[in-house]
Amino acid sequence: MAEAVDYQVLGTRPVRPDGVDKVTGRAQFGADQNLPNMLHGKILRSPHAHARIKRVDLSKALAMDGVCAAVTGADFPTVASGVSIGEAGGDVMDIAHNVMARDKALYHGHAVAAVAATSLEIAEQALDAIDVEYEVLPPVLDVLQAMAPAAPLLDENCFTKNLPEKPDKPSNVASVMALSRGDVEAGFEQADLVVEGEYRIPMAHQGYIEPHACTATVNEEGKATVWCCTQGQFDFRTAIAKILDWKVGDMKVVPSEIGGGFGGKTVVYLEPVAVLLSQRAGRPVKMVMSREEVFRATGPTSGTVCRVKVGAKQNGRITAAKAWLAYESGAFPGAPVGPGAMSIFAPYDLENFLVEGHEVRVNKPKVAAYRAPGAPQSMHAMEVALDDLARQLNMDPLDLRMVNAADEGTQAPYGPKFPAIGFKACIEAAKKHPNYTAPLLEGAGRGVAAGFWFNVGMQSSAEVRLNEDGTVIVMEGNPDIGGSRASMSLMAAETLGVPYEQVKTYVGDTESTGFCNLTGGSRTTFATGMAVVRACEDIIAQCRSRAAATWGVDEEQVEWRDGQAVPAPGVNADVNPLSLADLAAGAPRTGGPILGRASLNAQGAGASFSVNFTDLKVDQETGAVEVLSFTAVQDAGKAIHPAYVEGQMQGGAAQGLGWALNEEYIYDADGVMENAGFLDYRVPVASDLPMIDTEIVEVRNPSHPYGVRGVGETPIVAPLAATANAVRDAIGIRINDLPLSPPRILAALGGE
Amino acid sequence: MATVVFPDHLLGCTNGQRQVELLVDNYRELLLALEKQWPGIGEALAKSAVAIDGQIYQDAFLEPVNADSEIFFMARIEGG
Repeated sequence: MAEAVDYQVLGTRPVRPDGVDKVTGRAQFGADQNLPNMLHGKILRSPHAHARIKRVDLSKALAMDGVCAAVTGADFPTVASGVSIGEAGGDVMDIAHNVMARDKALYHGHAVAAVAATSLEIAEQALDAIDVEYEVLPPVLDVLQAMAPAAPLLDENCFTKNLPEKPDKPSNVASVMALSRGDVEAGFEQADLVVEGEYRIPMAHQGYIEPHACTATVNEEGKATVWCCTQGQFDFRTAIAKILDWKVGDMKVVPSEIGGGFGGKTVVYLEPVAVLLSQRAGRPVKMVMSREEVFRATGPTSGTVCRVKVGAKQNGRITAAKAWLAYESGAFPGAPVGPGAMSIFAPYDLENFLVEGHEVRVNKPKVAAYRAPGAPQSMHAMEVALDDLARQLNMDPLDLRMVNAADEGTQAPYGPKFPAIGFKACIEAAKKHPNYTAPLLEGAGRGVAAGFWFNVGMQSSAEVRLNEDGTVIVMEGNPDIGGSRASMSLMAAETLGVPYEQVKTYVGDTESTGFCNLTGGSRTTFATGMAVVRACEDIIAQCRSRAAATWGVDEEQVEWRDGQAVPAPGVNADVNPLSLADLAAGAPRTGGPILGRASLNAQGAGASFSVNFTDLKVDQETGAVEVLSFTAVQDAGKAIHPAYVEGQMQGGAAQGLGWALNEEYIYDADGVMENAGFLDYRVPVASDLPMIDTEIVEVRNPSHPYGVRGVGETPIVAPLAATANAVRDAIGIRINDLPLSPPRILAALGGE
Repeated sequence: MATVVFPDHLLGCTNGQRQVELLVDNYRELLLALEKQWPGIGEALAKSAVAIDGQIYQDAFLEPVNADSEIFFMARIEGG
């Protein structure tokens, strides 16, 4: 492992290598792939939120001029339950049935059939010619209603998992889970003060700019190539192959540039359909979702109901905490209630607690991962309750958190003891921040909240190639969402001891680079970065060997220093140092091309903590919130490229503010989403936000060669409660539910 | 002996027993010992992550387990 203290290039801020292509329009996104003789595919979607599919007749559509193929669920192979696909894919049968409904449509927008035609217009006309007979069933849309014993059932074969005994009746509650420690009731008896509340957050979408898109072609030998926007080409390859019962080796997936994912592009929707249509038609098929389809049929995150009760002594020390969580999973199981339950109390050192979690199926789209999946909802509840506690104790909210803060050696609520973590350092940095010491503007409110995410490692590969002139190519398999190509180049340059400009990083397809799990879980800079460092160390070992052979000395007598092979101290060799360029030029004589490789399953992803605070004003006449300032403090372990770390913190804050203030899925009584577009589903735009101020805390993660912790997920966790607490501070009224939209605030203020 | 702790939702596999102490050398041996004690638990554990002495593993295999190790099974962590 590299041990670097005085870094040469880590921590610098070079311009991102993909920047020019993106601002000039040269970058190729999912919808930019076109092939000769290509067809256009479209999906017919259910007009009902819950219906039995009695019959699908494709004959009229297939008879139309220009229609080359059409498929329904019956054209897909039967897929057995029980196999999990990918990092965030879930059960393969659920994914397959979400890609194309079989006997039941489980939400408005659920795919029922698909066509491929010579033009988009013909494909859309063909959808109208498909005859589907439905038996409409009552939808269940509310998580608490879905849990009621008499609720309409989405799946008669769904029996609640993890109960002490297998239930004898099916339920919409897909699973339950619990975490506990100590004696929670005795803890509440010791408390001087108890606060509690119920907090509701509706479904929200990841809101990536680029809609899902793919192009697939199946050649005469039965091999498929799929170009698509994805967070993970290898996990998509696995998913498509399993859903279609193909061999993985017959499937190549090429990732495009990606216009945002945030977890929503970890699962397949169009790709298996496009492959099947291409196979049937014998021609390439391109499929692109509309924004409306993205909202109606792709991964929102769970709507939730969270109940929290916290007891504390007068000095602020928490004696007991209890939480009851119900997370919507949408039409299929897969709600992130597990991470939600494990994260809700994670920042705090608690002796007595109980968390009970429930994942509940409702007639809405199947949820997908969204930054720190599950944590923003549960931690909103806890952080709001702590704000109420601080008010009643007349304590600074940061002091209350410091009194209870987890530290190295604290046993996390989910089991293990924390290694070195940066939560206390974040609290201290926030307390000293000029935005926190500054007086509050008249009429404004200030809110504080903490955030947390576990981070993951998982499998990564990297290959480092030394070109003839000493320049370096890094090949890896993680789509670059947040600037990872620059981060990989920085780590490679630091390890090899060469300038950043000497290294170029490329993202390969499934046949040109080794396996990598997807870009998610805040794992890429940590895990793939670790693979890049090890591949560079492989290069260095080979370079030392080549230098030793050149000089006629033992390999141990050669050191690698500042990008050059040099004789070790005390070695009597009258030689000149050999640079990477020298060694590359001499490679034909010393053994051939120099190539470094590494594959690993990275362990030890260090948890990341944050503290956010915001100042805002509320318009008493309209209920509109004006965010005056927002400050994000977060532990990054080591910021490889500080501008990208700050970008993650700012982006997470922007998304969190949108979730807190305006974003929500609005349904009518029939389960039809009423705001499936960016005009009515209101994400924040630049004019809604101030510059997000950031402060990076660096508490080294001992498991990474450069101390890296993942940074992509934690930033979205704290903004929800920080905003809610600031609104409470501004108007003097606690509103438990999100979003804090103008109508909701106005109603709380007593207006209309 | 290494201490092994199960979360609440796995207690159905252990007849309600939250903690067990075992003498094993590595994670593979631990799984075999647990399966012998509670037949069928391996399927649930295969879907879990595990923390060994504070280090979280999504896919543990031959990781060493010491006589004083603390082992916690937990839900797998995913991410966005």
